[in-house]
Amino acid sequence: MSQPGIKDPDLNSLLSILNDELKELVSKIYADKTEKVIYIEVAKERIMDLAKKLFYLGFDHVKSVSAVDYPREKRLELMVHVGSYLRVVRKYTIVIKSSLDRDNPRVPTLTSVWPSAEFHERETWEMFGVYFENHPDLRRLLLPEEFEGKWPMRKDFRIVTRKAGEAEAPWK
Amino acid sequence: MEVAGSQDITQELSKEMFRAVETGIKEEGERLIELQIGPAHPGSGHMRILAWVDGDVVVRCDPDIGFVHRTIEKLSENRAYIKTIPLVERPSLLDTTPMTIGYVNAVEKLMGVDVPPRAKYLRTILAEITRIASHFYGIGILAIFLGHSTGFMWAFGDREVMIELATMLTGARITYAYAIPGGVRRDMPQSFPDAVEKGLRYIEKRLKDWEKIFLNNPVVERRLRDVGILKPNVARMLGVTGPNVRASGIDYDVRMVEPYEAYDEIDFMIPVAEEGDSYARGLIRFKEIEQSINIIRQAIKKIPDGEIISPQISRLFNPLMKKIYAEQRRVKLPSLMATLKPPKGEAMARVEAGRGEALFHVVSDGSTNPYRFRFVTPSFRNVILFKYLIPGHRVADIPAIYGSLDYFPPEADR
Amino acid sequence: MERGVVFIGEIDVFVKKLIRSLLEKRPVRDIMEWAISYSLWPVHLMTSCCGVELAGAYSPRYDLERYGSLPFVSPRQTNLIIVEGTLTLKMARVARITWEQMADPKFVIAMGACANDGGLFWNSYNVVRANEVIPVDVYIPGCPPRPEGLARAILMLQDKIRSVGVSREDIEILKKYVKKQV
Repeated sequence: MSQPGIKDPDLNSLLSILNDELKELVSKIYADKTEKVIYIEVAKERIMDLAKKLFYLGFDHVKSVSAVDYPREKRLELMVHVGSYLRVVRKYTIVIKSSLDRDNPRVPTLTSVWPSAEFHERETWEMFGVYFENHPDLRRLLLPEEFEGKWPMRKDFRIVTRKAGEAEAPWK
Repeated sequence: MEVAGSQDITQELSKEMFRAVETGIKEEGERLIELQIGPAHPGSGHMRILAWVDGDVVVRCDPDIGFVHRTIEKLSENRAYIKTIPLVERPSLLDTTPMTIGYVNAVEKLMGVDVPPRAKYLRTILAEITRIASHFYGIGILAIFLGHSTGFMWAFGDREVMIELATMLTGARITYAYAIPGGVRRDMPQSFPDAVEKGLRYIEKRLKDWEKIFLNNPVVERRLRDVGILKPNVARMLGVTGPNVRASGIDYDVRMVEPYEAYDEIDFMIPVAEEGDSYARGLIRFKEIEQSINIIRQAIKKIPDGEIISPQISRLFNPLMKKIYAEQRRVKLPSLMATLKPPKGEAMARVEAGRGEALFHVVSDGSTNPYRFRFVTPSFRNVILFKYLIPGHRVADIPAIYGSLDYFPPEADR
Repeated sequence: MERGVVFIGEIDVFVKKLIRSLLEKRPVRDIMEWAISYSLWPVHLMTSCCGVELAGAYSPRYDLERYGSLPFVSPRQTNLIIVEGTLTLKMARVARITWEQMADPKFVIAMGACANDGGLFWNSYNVVRANEVIPVDVYIPGCPPRPEGLARAILMLQDKIRSVGVSREDIEILKKYVKKQV
């Protein structure tokens, strides 16, 4: 049985450390008003450097990789939640946001820095169409292989409708 | 500021993990048989495990999930905010309350609504009751995978005690939808504290019988000790969560790290084991039941009087609803909740469900439906263990490892 | 000269017709239906979240084994499928294959709102209705239904077997019904 009782650093010192280390890489760092979430906006080409620097600072696993679709602005925004198991920084979650081109979204894979992102990236590939370069095993995760249509979570996905009673055998 | 480790450590770890997978395929290509342990199997879990075996030893393992993919994230984009509460409950049907608490916390952060203390304590009590029920389900499934059908029957019988308590508080057996933005829906009845005390004493007595029949059982020990060892470094790299990571030596629990609801006013401990094998994962669940009993007792003693729904919402009630609230302490949902329009922005909330850490991220654009709702469940983060933990063991160890991970497929597929 | 008996005609066909006509006669048919109705064994095919209430129904508090039903492992040795919960596209194929592997006479119970008509997830891109895949005998409403509801469904199915019956003609009608859906 153990009980953690270590004092954590407060938000301002963490923000200043992040600002010093990542000044050249990112475009914006700001914190949420509940003071436990830090948002970082970065350009697509700098994601790998940012990931390596965050790994050195102690953020060692990925909680979620996903995307948000903005069809009117013609971009997909990649959203990565990163956390840590180390006592000092485990209170904070960092959200990395990066804009991708909607017609051809390609990003280098994060599994070389964070192996925990493997299954999350597979899900983002089949739901949004974001291609992760050099991923060890990029294929469908949740949908069946004979699924009709592409990229279900995008805003312009049309559901194939069938009338009741005239169903095609759905298992074929 | 601690420096975690260099890039070389990650590369070495990944190489080690991937090497076991690669060499098996290339060297003994013709000797491998592919086994499909399909969705209709004696363990009755709706996922498929593809295992490539060389004789009796598993060389590579691939989880095939998606049999219960019910597209909750897409459905929530077409419904009002409050209609997502039952949707979020359905994936992990065993511990429903932490999931609803997480989603409601995220919406409350968006709206800027404060929750009164009595509502926080009521939510905490119900969350711990469902946590005990969920751990009993996990223990029962582990028992039936090993063939211990008495353990299965005992676990489900003891689970009914907790379900009865929840029925007394909310009116439903499993799916409550108890928490709404601003508070809870019902107050607790007068006879509730005595009933809780009776139930908890029964569970404590039963835990002693469980030790004799399950934890000290020589067959169970032989099957579970030193099977599926998860080292702490590998658990950190793979992002494993819940009792699985606490059985490997890392004491990470969201209730201590980022306290939500009433957890910062109650003191409890986090059980941690060092070995990391399947036996430790089963043992941690028993210890967590004891801690939950402790939390419920403290919460029932410390619960303050007061409102159960925030005044920012209750001042918008019409006179009939105010009368029902004053007499019966029950909230009839006002119609404004169906057309709730939080301001533009985004909010994130984390909770500790029975199986680990769940994450909720809501992006709103000012209309009645959420623009994007991202929802990661603990079982989805644990799927990666099938790929990296099972190779190297025998085929008969697959149910032992699978049962000890407490993986619930509807939760992972959402 | 030895006396012997000569049979005219094929003996297997004759015996099969004799057995079939005996099975439809009153005492044998009643015994057969009584036996089937008290041994409805569901197969371990958990489709979705109502499986929690199914497991709870076979637990000590609501013991359904006293009605004769025992969840068993293999589809070849059982005669009931309980579709609990939502059927997705991937799972529909599995349910269909399992149903085809079971021996006649077999029955299906659709449990929960999602199996009846979609339930909470009615407009999702991945959900199918249970009666488009396999023919259903009894529907249970609820989300999830209480274990007493499942007990009532098994009793209703027993009444149906003993009143309507599972003769050869019923099985032919079932087969034609399923073919029409396809």
